[in-house]
Amino acid sequence: MSSNGISKSVSNGIGNGKAAVGRLVEWPREWWATAPGYARWTVYLLLIAGALILPMEPIGRVMSPHSDWATVLFYPIGVFILLAIGLNIVVGQAGLLDLGYVAFFAVGGYTMAIFGTKYGWNFWEILIVGVVLSAISGLILGAPTLRLRGDYLAIVTLGFGEIVRITANNSEYVNGPRGIAGIPHPPSLSEVEIFGVQPLKYGVLDPRPYYYLLVALIVLTIIFAKRLEKSRVGRAWAAIREDEDAAELMGVPTFRFKLAAFAIGAAIGGATGVVWASKVISIIPNNFPFILSATILAAVVLGGSGNIPGVMLGAFLVAWLPERFRGLEDYRVLIFGAALVAMMALRPEGILPSRQRKAELAEGTGGMGSMGAEVPTASGAGAADTDQVEVSK
Amino acid sequence: MALSAVLALSAAACGGDDGGSGGDGNSVTIGFLGDLTGENSGIVIPPKQGAQLAIDEYNATNPKVKIVLKTYDSQGQPDQATSLVQSAIKSDNIVGLIGPAFSGESQQAVPVLEEGKIPNISASATNVTLGEKGWKYWHRVVGNDSMQGTGVAEFLVREAKAKKVFVAHDNEDYSKGLADYVTKGLKEKGVTVEQDVVDPRASDYSSTVNKAKAFKPDAIFYGGYYAQGGRLLKQLRENGVDALFASGDGSLDKGLIEGAGEKNAVNTVVSCPCLIDPTGESSPASKKFAEAYKAKYNSEPAIYAAEGYDAATAFIEAIKAGNTTTEAINEFLKTIDVPGVSKQIKFDDKGEPAGGDVYIYRVEGKELPLLGKASEAKLQ
Amino acid sequence: MLDNLLINTVDGLSLGAIYALVALGYTMVYGVLRLINFAHSEIFLIGTCASLVVVNAVAPSAPLSGVALLGIVLLMAAVAMVASGAGAMALEFVAYRPLRKHGASRLAALISAIGASLFLQQFFALFVIPWLFDKPKEGGRLPVQPEQHFVDRHDVFSIGGVGVANDKLIVFIAAILMMVVLDQFVNRTKLGRGIRSTAQDPETAVLMGVNIDRIVTATFAIGGAMAGVAAALYVLRFEETFFMVGFLLGIKAFTAAVLGGIGNIRGALTGGFVLGLLEMYGSMVFGSAWKDVVAFVILILVLMFRPTGILGESLQQARA
Repeated sequence: MSSNGISKSVSNGIGNGKAAVGRLVEWPREWWATAPGYARWTVYLLLIAGALILPMEPIGRVMSPHSDWATVLFYPIGVFILLAIGLNIVVGQAGLLDLGYVAFFAVGGYTMAIFGTKYGWNFWEILIVGVVLSAISGLILGAPTLRLRGDYLAIVTLGFGEIVRITANNSEYVNGPRGIAGIPHPPSLSEVEIFGVQPLKYGVLDPRPYYYLLVALIVLTIIFAKRLEKSRVGRAWAAIREDEDAAELMGVPTFRFKLAAFAIGAAIGGATGVVWASKVISIIPNNFPFILSATILAAVVLGGSGNIPGVMLGAFLVAWLPERFRGLEDYRVLIFGAALVAMMALRPEGILPSRQRKAELAEGTGGMGSMGAEVPTASGAGAADTDQVEVSK
Repeated sequence: MALSAVLALSAAACGGDDGGSGGDGNSVTIGFLGDLTGENSGIVIPPKQGAQLAIDEYNATNPKVKIVLKTYDSQGQPDQATSLVQSAIKSDNIVGLIGPAFSGESQQAVPVLEEGKIPNISASATNVTLGEKGWKYWHRVVGNDSMQGTGVAEFLVREAKAKKVFVAHDNEDYSKGLADYVTKGLKEKGVTVEQDVVDPRASDYSSTVNKAKAFKPDAIFYGGYYAQGGRLLKQLRENGVDALFASGDGSLDKGLIEGAGEKNAVNTVVSCPCLIDPTGESSPASKKFAEAYKAKYNSEPAIYAAEGYDAATAFIEAIKAGNTTTEAINEFLKTIDVPGVSKQIKFDDKGEPAGGDVYIYRVEGKELPLLGKASEAKLQ
Repeated sequence: MLDNLLINTVDGLSLGAIYALVALGYTMVYGVLRLINFAHSEIFLIGTCASLVVVNAVAPSAPLSGVALLGIVLLMAAVAMVASGAGAMALEFVAYRPLRKHGASRLAALISAIGASLFLQQFFALFVIPWLFDKPKEGGRLPVQPEQHFVDRHDVFSIGGVGVANDKLIVFIAAILMMVVLDQFVNRTKLGRGIRSTAQDPETAVLMGVNIDRIVTATFAIGGAMAGVAAALYVLRFEETFFMVGFLLGIKAFTAAVLGGIGNIRGALTGGFVLGLLEMYGSMVFGSAWKDVVAFVILILVLMFRPTGILGESLQQARA
């Protein structure tokens, strides 16, 4: 076979593979779209039950043979999932490119640390304070910067993430690089034991109570996010994401809604930080590097930005795969990077793309907009060959 | 796709170093936790090798209860350390842990060891606050930063006749901690100190160099690791700052000389609460250890190797005396008092080593040989 | 006080020169593709490794200065330009072209860029650096120096009592020179016109007969070459490299590009020097620990009042 023939059959193969994955993903979603109410509720309950029994030993032996499965379920898996849902509101729904999301996670974590160690408040009180403070920090970041166009916002949010980390590192009030230790656990609510676990007793050795707490928080956040998506707010975000100028012309107060997206996303990040800090009991500024922001963003895009099951799956994979393949130690990040490039080349819309967004992407417009210079050329043969008009943001 | 390829690759590679589990009749498992593959692994691999040497020597005597050393690579990350400790306790049934190697990971991982009641001895975590937490199962065989800071300050004042010292660090936990204790020690002796910070991710230290130049110090101390220390030293010398350059245990590596350039590194001194003494200047035990180490690993013992050996020795002595449960071993450690390679192996009630000195090493050509104890060493 | 200001100005311009050259790569790719090429920092890394290989190959027996130093710098720059330029073209082909062809969103391209950056960092740490410089496998993450330090640093002249060293002077002049060359290139040559027109309006460019693929490749190659020159100058100044050398430098350089006006070549030069000076002055006033915060705060302030950067954006004209 000539080399042309080989490359043709390779690309045919890839094309068939992609179509097969697409069908595989579509099938359950078709079923879901037409499922009656009671079927959906059954699935929800099954999923929650599944999440609760997930930390079992036998599952752990398969999923995480090198490190403790229940610990890994809390961090990085659970934490990444919750952070991804929060970032999804900012990036996926409102279409704002945030490269500094870790800052809000840090605000939450430090709130728990400061109020826990210096003022002796209890966990539930601090959770509320943490959510409020993070939302405020989201407003502080957003107010001067949300008038900026897409990519400027990216570098500015990146800068903000670094500013938070460096300020924490330089401030004696939070012990600088030494960080804060001795953060209190949530108060143990009862010693009740169910199936051999004490789910409401928060100690150090057993990570499962924290995991259940996180599951509860995730469920609440999903309900909240879904309601937002279907409400007026969510529709405004969709309009802003598609074409901000048109939305403004139609009377949508874009700036206010963008600010709301920022604040809500920040609040979720902060809540996650509070819960995480109460488990790890000691935090340092270097727990919040830029690479964490990039990782959560990758999780959102990889999974399918804009839809919750997608970003949850993306976060799960991004968190779990490096842990699972600890045996490859040295090569973990190398493979992660290569996987990101490969996934984007093969399936840029993510594993579980939002179907609304998929329609947009097919035209190469909307969402985050496409790259310039994408005008099809003689050599190009992309899947999208409709008119490609660049939508400005 | 990419995912399945990754899965296949790893299924093949994931045999790992899973040795036997501990706790059957005639062997117990001791863990070693630290950064074995990251960029600071140069400070963790020697103590691991030291510990392995001690344990292999013990097992070779055909004892009733053998010891298996199982290593855990935390890459210095606290969250990895924590989840590894969890699985070490629950799945591998370790009866003791050598480590965690770094202070940062100790903060998060030791509370788990406390609740799990696992005696742990660190060969290299030097942060002072670790000894102040009232932990009952925690120990270390290395002097802390306060001790190192006092020792360095004493040396600089005595030997360099320093009245003004410029102290720099890279604003990370270990570096800042050590730099602050050096500053404290110097100020107590009436020395004027100015501090500044370098960014470990950057390469251009001009702003710090300029500050040092303007200050005109008698000596400069850098708290931090050799990659940044070497860079700082090079840029200082290139910009005409000739004051004596000193650094702490994080710089005790030939990389300091390579980074700065041999010409620039002349006369530089490095302090360490550790003892690297292949010629046995300090004690014949050091020479014997160095020879055994070289025979097994084909390289000279490096930083904290002797301390790793001593940490393992502490556990070995406990097990030799018939203690094989975590509680019994911890009780034994309270009263242990045997000579080790780096110091007498004895712990105070907080878990700190009962004795120990700070040592000074000085650059000679491409090497960093021992100059002497900080309280005695002479520059001239 | 005045000579403290002078010293920091000299150092700031020297630091800023390297930022400016790296910023060029970011700004050109952004101008044409509206893409933040995160992996540009690793293109820089390639250039530093190439430069060190050259130094080890030349193996000067004593540190150089004067004409000999200029000679070795030119050689390093030439080799690094080729290495980085080639690396950039390969990067475009593997990580971005497939996305362009499928009309992927900019966000997907950004993720691909981040993935490529991580991959290249690790690839160099695990394989290239140990192989090129004869290090053990675990030593790939440690800094690498040339076998012999090769720069004989001394002051060339003095301004107000402050000496200006030969390496800093070379870096500064080289940056300005490359900027002039690039500016002329983009304004006077056919390829330059092609780049500008693609940046301005890709569809019309196609109608006018411009081959977009070729333009994109050329843009990456030129941006990469600029990073190569920056890399050679970096090796001249610091005589070392390490696998993460591009990380912080890349963030700073991109900040400089935005500060000056993203997509604007003269903006990259301006932004680079301004950022370098800001860092030095910021350290003077607030201490070195705050210099990054100073830089980012100033960036936010500038963008608030001048949303398209100091010199405004785009290769000659704002886009939509």
